[in-house]
Amino acid sequence: MKEKLEAIKNSALSQIKETDSLEKLNDIRVAFLGKKGELTEVLKGMKDVAPEDRPKVGQIVNETREAIESLLAERIAMFEAEKLRRRYKAEKIDVTMPAKKAARGNLHPITQIKNELIDIFGSMGFEIYEGTEIETDHYNFTALNTPQDHPARDMQDTFYLSPEFLLRTQTSAGQIHVMETGKLPIKVISPGKVFRSDDDATHSPMFSQMEGLVVDKGITLCDLKGMLDVFVKKIFSEEVTTRLRPSYFPFTEPSVEVDVSCFQCGGKGCKLCKGTGWIEVLGAGVVNKKVLEGCNIDTEVYSGFAFGIGIERIAMLKYGINNIKLLFESDLRVLDQIDDN
Amino acid sequence: MLAPLSWLKEYVDIDVTPKELEEKLFSCGFEVEELTEVGKDISNVVVGLVEECEDIPDTHLHLCKVNAGSCGTFQICCGADNVRVGKKFPLALIGATVYATAKDHVTVEGVMEIKQGKLRGYDSFGMLCSGTELGLSEDLYPGAGYNGLLELPDDAEAGADVKPILGMDDWIFDIAITANRPDCQSILGIAREVAAVLGKECKEPSLTYTESDKSIDFKVNVEAKDICPRYTAHYVTDVKIEQSPAWMRRRLALVGINSISNIVDITNYVLTEIGQPMHAFDYKYLEGNEINVRLAKKGEKIVTLDEKEFELKDTNLLICDGVKPVALAGIMGGLNSEIKDDTTEVLFESAKFARDNIRKSSRALGQSSDSSAMYSKGVYEYNTEMGLKRALHLVEELNAGKVSKTHVSDTAGNSLEPVKMTAKVSQINSVLGIRVPDEDIIRILAALNFQPVIEGDELTIMVPAYREDMESYQDIAEEVIRMYGYDHVTPTFMPTAQVTAGGMNLRQKTELKIKKALCGQGAYEGIHYSFFSPSDLDLLKLPEDAPERYAISLINPINVDLSLMRTTLVPQMLYAIARNQKKAILEGRIFELGNKFIAKELPLTEYPDERETLCIGIFGENENFFTLKGMAETVADALDVKFTYTPSEKTFLHPYQTADIFCDGVKVGYLGKLRYEIADELDMRVPAFVCEIDMKELSAWYGKARVYTPLPKYDVEKRDFAFVVDKDITCETIENGIKEACEYVTDVKLFDVYEGAQLSQDKKSMAFKVVFTPKDEELNAKTMEGFVSAILENLKNKAGIELRS
Repeated sequence: MKEKLEAIKNSALSQIKETDSLEKLNDIRVAFLGKKGELTEVLKGMKDVAPEDRPKVGQIVNETREAIESLLAERIAMFEAEKLRRRYKAEKIDVTMPAKKAARGNLHPITQIKNELIDIFGSMGFEIYEGTEIETDHYNFTALNTPQDHPARDMQDTFYLSPEFLLRTQTSAGQIHVMETGKLPIKVISPGKVFRSDDDATHSPMFSQMEGLVVDKGITLCDLKGMLDVFVKKIFSEEVTTRLRPSYFPFTEPSVEVDVSCFQCGGKGCKLCKGTGWIEVLGAGVVNKKVLEGCNIDTEVYSGFAFGIGIERIAMLKYGINNIKLLFESDLRVLDQIDDN
Repeated sequence: MLAPLSWLKEYVDIDVTPKELEEKLFSCGFEVEELTEVGKDISNVVVGLVEECEDIPDTHLHLCKVNAGSCGTFQICCGADNVRVGKKFPLALIGATVYATAKDHVTVEGVMEIKQGKLRGYDSFGMLCSGTELGLSEDLYPGAGYNGLLELPDDAEAGADVKPILGMDDWIFDIAITANRPDCQSILGIAREVAAVLGKECKEPSLTYTESDKSIDFKVNVEAKDICPRYTAHYVTDVKIEQSPAWMRRRLALVGINSISNIVDITNYVLTEIGQPMHAFDYKYLEGNEINVRLAKKGEKIVTLDEKEFELKDTNLLICDGVKPVALAGIMGGLNSEIKDDTTEVLFESAKFARDNIRKSSRALGQSSDSSAMYSKGVYEYNTEMGLKRALHLVEELNAGKVSKTHVSDTAGNSLEPVKMTAKVSQINSVLGIRVPDEDIIRILAALNFQPVIEGDELTIMVPAYREDMESYQDIAEEVIRMYGYDHVTPTFMPTAQVTAGGMNLRQKTELKIKKALCGQGAYEGIHYSFFSPSDLDLLKLPEDAPERYAISLINPINVDLSLMRTTLVPQMLYAIARNQKKAILEGRIFELGNKFIAKELPLTEYPDERETLCIGIFGENENFFTLKGMAETVADALDVKFTYTPSEKTFLHPYQTADIFCDGVKVGYLGKLRYEIADELDMRVPAFVCEIDMKELSAWYGKARVYTPLPKYDVEKRDFAFVVDKDITCETIENGIKEACEYVTDVKLFDVYEGAQLSQDKKSMAFKVVFTPKDEELNAKTMEGFVSAILENLKNKAGIELRS
């Protein structure tokens, strides 16, 4: 019996060692350990073994089984590892081949800037009012303290649709509509398209502005400066500072041009800022009391400030676009570059 | 506005450098757009005394020894005919820069650097210069126009820099003047600001003259007092037309005005210096001893100084004598009374004409002058008398004639005296948000000639008549802060304001969401002009009575291609697609969300309907009707609505690949494939598809609330059906047939269409996947069998549709 077991063991182990596939290993397992396997057959002969020898023989049988099983397991693991390794190897790829992704377009650079502005001013409590592109002479000029013979009308070449209707030259036209609602206080931005009869590399007959208007109690020029400081830091960078200098708009008094320190050279002077260290970004001022009075707002109690930002100008500065026309041509080579993701 | 530093210095003692003055002007509201030294390109040119000069045989050249004082003595070869021993000329040393001239010695061809040279074998260590080579004209320096060497004064020190001697160290300030300050469109106006910002005195121009005892009987009559509130004229006798003196010619030349003659130069000088346009008539051509200022009669004609004839409208203002028009008021004098060499009597005109009238006439007639430009910006009545007096002073100073006693005028009676204005100091400070000390307010306003007085909180100022821009305490605040300095403005963040809620409204949020969803489908947002061309409507083959042709037109477009407000977004989208294809981009997706403009009535009597419209354009070999339909579905998904489609027709879209889009039965847009003939017209290489959706219509579905449906308790059942149907049976017919037959059907999806050899020619096979969602109990095999037979029966009854065997 003992010899028989020894022989089975040796035969099994040597067959396992010589086997070169998982399938054959399984056959061997069945051949030795299966229901009709050799070892199983031996066990059936246990009834012939003397009772006192049975524990010992039993032990040998178990040892034999364990030896076979252990080697089987070891070899199976080895073959499985090998199989996996081959599978992986077969799936070797060139990782430098192009990625596959869903095509994704971009929002227009102007929309991107507009959204950024809306986010910044929205978080400061500004509502958004979108006026109409076609306006009346009254809202675009007269109510903004720019009567018919006013020289400031020469500052802007206006497209007329009729003696009364025109294409708005400034989003400031929306100011009056907002103030006429009679709802106070006012904190509103008004982004939109504006039109002027200008056509060259830096001027487009259509462009976008964003007007801002605050009317509340005790609003001062210092508040304008404070708010613009926050705005330029958010839109450009934390290091950017503002400078106010005198200017003129009929509907604000005092009026200022607002320059920001050049975000490219930090104010040392470079090509972008034409060596001055400053870049003009917007016009602003304290709302002229004539404009407020025209909207029946009590100037003894209320005051305000207004500002107007050229959205293309910001976009061109931020993205380094040198020709405004590129923004209106839907050239996919351009639009693809200004990613909004 | 050009202002030479030397001219400003006549009025203000300027003791800062030009650069410092530029910064001071900038800080108080006058941006210097360009600051240029007169001799900016000239360097290292010194006074040279010719000590020896010998002819070089057989040439026009002279070999000279030129003494340049401390710079040394140099051998110079010189070809000029006026080189003489003992004379002084500008000597450009080696390394100097001067203007290079063409062979004619007159035409400037850039700047050159002087190098040691050799002419006919003789070394030359520099160059003696002409006026042209130094950038000087006869008007800028007498003798500089000579085509030879520029002779320098005998007292010039050899070796000294020639720039101060020739006035080339002068600076020209080109200053931007804001529209509210036309009073600064003159040397005097700028000088007042310079004086204020430097804290100096501004001298007044000399206005004195002595009248002779001559006089004539002459009168002025202004009919149009609203357009001409003040007209003054003065008669001058014994006029001798001559060249103006060098100083006057130089000043005019520095601001770019050519010298003509003493009388004409005086008018230009006063215009530049005082800002008052002047005109001089040759008196002998004025008939009837009178000037009448009136509006032209319709069709009346005048020939102006430049020999152009104009037919006038009844809005153009004329200056007439007793018989005929003699000047187009404020724009240009008439040829019939022009100053000529033999003029002996002159009538000087100085008037105030309304800004708007002159501007409109000038534009409408296409005729302009320095005078009309000045009137268009605004001339103050205050200047009218001053300008005339200054002109008469100059007549006397130049000895150009004798000032008579005859001074005539007609005015509307407006005061020229300063106007009292009061404000509260606290109001001024509340505009600014800072407290400017009273003494600074006084100092600043006094420097600007406002004669301020503060008593308690009460500020009183006297506004000079030339400051018509001053209207309220806000204007005073601006005057104070621009002089006090904007760097005193300290940032605050609306400490007294109410907190408000901001951000986008529903429409803005929804549209951004739709845009982002389209980007997610590989589309790029474009923005196109709101105006387009009448030919764009022809491109779309729209019939004459198409509503799109009822477009609002611009009265003054840049050109015809930008002359109509768009009534559809499609043409510009097609052009964008064509442009991309021309750049060899042969696939792409673009969308635009913008307004189209629908007039209720033309010409406009009320605001038109600005309809927000979404236009999607896609192109490429891999695109088709259904990929575009997918874009439309993206919009529907973003709103959580369902679009349906029915075949439709458009003049510019494929007759069999076009559909209208409906949302809940409301038509919201259309989509389709661009017609081949239009694609060819635009030289497209790959097919294009467009879709237009009316967002105003669609906005009714914005903000639909999303509601959660609990998951079914039991698993859904799926069944596939393949039908053989007539070719003209639509997908929608079958889908509806399936859905209406069984309420448990929650989704029907076409997944295969087959037409071909295995089927007869008029048939197609369509395969659908149908999803059944159980309600309260599981769907067992028997129930499912019932559902399927109900569906098949309905399809058979409805459209004779059978399962594919």
